Amino acid sequence: MQRQHQLEHLARTPNAEQFHHKLASPIYARNVSILQLNVGKRCTLSCKHCHVEAGPERWEVMSEETFRACLEVQKRHSVPTLDITGGSPELNPNLEWFINQAAPLTQRIILRSNLQLLAQEDFRHLIDFFAERGVELVVSLPAYTQERTDKQRGQGSFETCVQVMRELNQLGYAQPGSGLALNLVHNPVGAYLPGSQTSLEQEYRRNLEHRWGVRFNRLFALTNSPVGRYLEFLIRSGNFEQYMDSLIQSFNPGAVEDLMCRDTLSVAWDGGLYDCDFNQMLDLPVDHQAPSHIRDFDLQALRRRRIAVGNHCFSCTAGAGSSCQGALETE
Amino acid sequence: MNRNKYYDPADLQDFPNITEDAPTQGNAFFDYYARALEAGALSEREKALIALTVAAVRHCPYCIDAYTTKCLSLGVTREEMMEAVHVGASMSAGDVLAHSTQIRKIIEQKEM
Repeated sequence: MQRQHQLEHLARTPNAEQFHHKLASPIYARNVSILQLNVGKRCTLSCKHCHVEAGPERWEVMSEETFRACLEVQKRHSVPTLDITGGSPELNPNLEWFINQAAPLTQRIILRSNLQLLAQEDFRHLIDFFAERGVELVVSLPAYTQERTDKQRGQGSFETCVQVMRELNQLGYAQPGSGLALNLVHNPVGAYLPGSQTSLEQEYRRNLEHRWGVRFNRLFALTNSPVGRYLEFLIRSGNFEQYMDSLIQSFNPGAVEDLMCRDTLSVAWDGGLYDCDFNQMLDLPVDHQAPSHIRDFDLQALRRRRIAVGNHCFSCTAGAGSSCQGALETE
Repeated sequence: MNRNKYYDPADLQDFPNITEDAPTQGNAFFDYYARALEAGALSEREKALIALTVAAVRHCPYCIDAYTTKCLSLGVTREEMMEAVHVGASMSAGDVLAHSTQIRKIIEQKEM
């Protein structure tokens, strides 16, 4: 779906409610403590809810030159967290080189994965590699049952995930005192908002730990943003208006204060800078005089930049709020 | 809100406003409702399934919509939801049939 078409559709909310009208004042960043790198749109899966519209046919992959520009930023500013996402980041041929270079320059490296590739011969070595470098893993797993996960991702995908999680557990992931974090991400597979993160985490734990014998640290429940394939699904299924209405009715002014864009800067595969991964997919670059490419990185300008907002931002302010680290408010 | 339509989904948006007319009772209800549905000895998920069953038994379209969505959001499967509704359906059938004992008793008493 074309970016412009997405933006036009998002402007047509029930009762013409607009996100910027809900704000007492414009939102400004307060720091750049997380550099989130989208290292490519190539992915093993083509999930129906994917806002990146990632898939095996995508060709956009972060180049070594762009990775080097990110490393230059790290050398100068030591951004505390590097959050690597995609697509499947494992498909980027420069990933291991980059993590080796970046590890001494940052406090924390997060890698977002669906774990499917790590069961394949060519990628199995990454399990040890991530453990040795202390990479924190954030694993997307749509459901805690085999039936629902396989229905969403294909036959055998749940078992693959469990098998890789078991290997990660054996290397220390999600084991007390190991310092190796293995967190899960839940996205609703349909036109509804996620339930309470605490409640979902209990169910994931009950099923995965007790039934399958695999451990994880925390579950992040994410609200699907009406962007990319998920927006297409909402429109096609006749759910767009009701979904937007649910987001708008659940608007929580308290969540605005802790929006992830206030501390995160998103870097696209081509080095473009965005306030978040959703803005990246809607081609809404950082705005208001802030530099818009990683090679022009200017911390002073970027840490005070005004955030570019749109109606898709309602997904981050609904209910308990939503971010790449899960709910903004927890019980 | 469509004034010419019963059971309009948009009606539900007016539900919190019932406190305008009898605030003491209305607020007491919403407070009680929130306490009753929050996790306690039973999980939020178990309570959502009970609420869905009651919604179907009581034929409330608003509640059926709200609690089907709530169950989905908490990861309840459609098989679990259908099993819960069968509990409600069988209990409804059972309570009708249990009343037939009254019929039988009266027949026994009155027939020659």
